[in-house]
Amino acid sequence: MLKIENLHARVEGKEILKGLSLTVNAGEVHAIMGPNGAGKSTLGHVLSGREGYEVTAGSVSYHGNDLLALEPEARAAAGVFLAFQYPVEIPGVNNTYFLRAALNAQRKRRGEKELDSMQFLKLVREKIKVMQISDELLHRAVNTGFSGGEKKRNEIFQMAVLEPQLAILDETDSGLDIDALKQVAQGVNLLRSPQRAFLMITHYQRLLDYVVPDFVHVLADGRIVESGDKSLALKLEEHGYSGIGASQPTGAAA
Amino acid sequence: MSQPATLPLVSSLLDAPLPSSGMTWLDTARRENREAFAAGGLPDTRVEAWKYTALRALGQRRFGHVDDVAQRPAVDAPTLALPGVDGPRLVFVNGVFCADLSVLDRLPEGLTLQPLSQALRGDPEPLRFALSRHYREVGDAFARINAAYATDGVVLRVAAHAKIVAPVQLVFVGAAAETDLAWHVRNVIALGEGAELSLVEQYMAAGEQAQLATLVSDIELGEGARLQHVVLQNAAIGSSLIRRSSVRLQARAHATVHALELGGALVRHDLQADLVGDASRLDTRGIFMPHGRQHIDTQLAIRHQALHTVSSSNWRGVANDRARGVFRGAIVVAPGADGSDASLSNKNLLLSPAAEIDTKPELEIHADEVKAAHGATVGQLDERSLFYLRSRGIPQADARALLTAAFCRAVLDDLPNEVLRDHLSAMLIAQLPNT
Ligand SMILES: Nc1ncnc2c1ncn2[C@@H]1O[C@H](COP(=O)(O)OP(=O)(O)OP(=O)(O)O)[C@@H](O)[C@H]1O
Ligand SMILES: [Mg+2]
Repeated sequence: MLKIENLHARVEGKEILKGLSLTVNAGEVHAIMGPNGAGKSTLGHVLSGREGYEVTAGSVSYHGNDLLALEPEARAAAGVFLAFQYPVEIPGVNNTYFLRAALNAQRKRRGEKELDSMQFLKLVREKIKVMQISDELLHRAVNTGFSGGEKKRNEIFQMAVLEPQLAILDETDSGLDIDALKQVAQGVNLLRSPQRAFLMITHYQRLLDYVVPDFVHVLADGRIVESGDKSLALKLEEHGYSGIGASQPTGAAA
Repeated sequence: MSQPATLPLVSSLLDAPLPSSGMTWLDTARRENREAFAAGGLPDTRVEAWKYTALRALGQRRFGHVDDVAQRPAVDAPTLALPGVDGPRLVFVNGVFCADLSVLDRLPEGLTLQPLSQALRGDPEPLRFALSRHYREVGDAFARINAAYATDGVVLRVAAHAKIVAPVQLVFVGAAAETDLAWHVRNVIALGEGAELSLVEQYMAAGEQAQLATLVSDIELGEGARLQHVVLQNAAIGSSLIRRSSVRLQARAHATVHALELGGALVRHDLQADLVGDASRLDTRGIFMPHGRQHIDTQLAIRHQALHTVSSSNWRGVANDRARGVFRGAIVVAPGADGSDASLSNKNLLLSPAAEIDTKPELEIHADEVKAAHGATVGQLDERSLFYLRSRGIPQADARALLTAAFCRAVLDDLPNEVLRDHLSAMLIAQLPNT
């Protein structure tokens, strides 16, 4: 589904991704761990098409097509979803209105029929149960005045409604209480299917207890420096990042 | 200010014959204001109030007089209708009252509504104070020319304690004519003690011809009177529109203004308010949204002159393309206006690198125990918000429109006429780029 080869990317003239390669097949869940400042969020932003991230070398193919050639909205319609590490507050834009506009824009681009407000409401009712997100949040402006945990839940709620094929979750587990963490995990597990793949960026083993990954990677200094199965996460939990990634010490946190 | 007589604009306006009323006081006022205009000409940008609005290009243009035009241009009556606005209607085409487009039958009790031209033929005495004003500053050039030449406009009175619920609609249409026209309108509006009025003032275009229009309005609110005033300015994109409204509020009177400034090439609106009665209150909300090469200049001058007076002003500017917006919000809390509360906010959005908005909040406090807050910002659409929306699948143009509409939303939120509010929001969104 996703094939990243030797990806180099820079932000504001500074090279952040330095030859990153990763292959994700449909049905797989990949966890990406790594020290602060290693480039994990940068990878998420490059994959979803944020401006200001300049790809200087390498390639990303998604379902066999050049992902990097697409506008962010086209990537979304093609099934790419990024749950933001820091979801953005957008005062004045109603959460439900926004989500319906997003879903219908995606459907329109894919040549599918748009949902009318009744159909959309029905879909929201189904998904809301899973995420246990309160009705009141849906009627507020996007993320505006949401607590940290509510923002993260709202990201997963959006994911549940938009039903992407490739979901990149950037530290969606950070700042969640234990109940919220379970709900987020449940939201992910419900969407797991042979057609979907997940890239879960996380610092903690805890999430991986609930969403068991097929692969765990360590991203340090702009590269994947080690890959393994779920036991790698446990090893990291115990020993930290020192000694990981063959020879180099991963002092990328600066 | 220099060589006024040689400016094509000034000489072409002065070419029009001075109207004669048969009333000495009015003819004198007209003549003296005309003379003042002839002597003073147009203000240049050294005059503080015109600092950001240069009249050089306008000064080179020539405009004919309405009397030069043989036929009244055709205007389609259904286009005048506004959702949520179903009261009496007074329509002026190029400054001339149009009985056939107006709706004046079955006026509610307590409402007097007639064109100035008629009122002057009837009982002119109540208009004497307003119409015999002299404008002393060169910055008042357009008020001078208006005082000299305006022969029509709106005379509206609400009797004490009368409540006019259905909104009264005042429509000013600029219609294409054989030549570029100048026209002038003078409005006199008064609400008696405890009276209530909902008023919608609308500017629209029938045809795309260059015009120069001046409008001067006096609005007086008696004790405890309430006014809901909506201004929808969607004039022809080639027209120059210079308006001045002066509002006076007696004790406990409350005026609310919602203004949407969309059209026009060169637009200037002066809103002057005097809170002369204790505990009177003025709320102004507005959006100016110039695009293309439009220039829209809004100037508030609010003077608190009595105890416990309140003013709140919330204005948003959105400029696109090569357009220019100007906002000046000057609030004075005069000596003795103790316990007053004045707040002003003006936030602006530049949608293109060539667009410009100049904003200047000014606050002068000469009284005690005054609560005051003011602030102004100029910025761009937030890149992170834009990316967030696009990452969910919303196309860039739609995302920009959505954020721009959100930026403006707060300003219309407290407009009680819901149907009209939705219509205004829709007009605003229709004006947004690429939608
Ligand atoms: N817009 C930007 N301008 C300048 N530097 C940036 C920008 N975005 C990211 N960086 C830098 O790129 C590096 C990688 O940042 P990134 O957010 O990808 O790290 P991360 O691995 O997600 O870290 P964390 O675990 O703390 O979230 C950091 O050094 C960061 O300061
Ligand atoms: Mg990060």
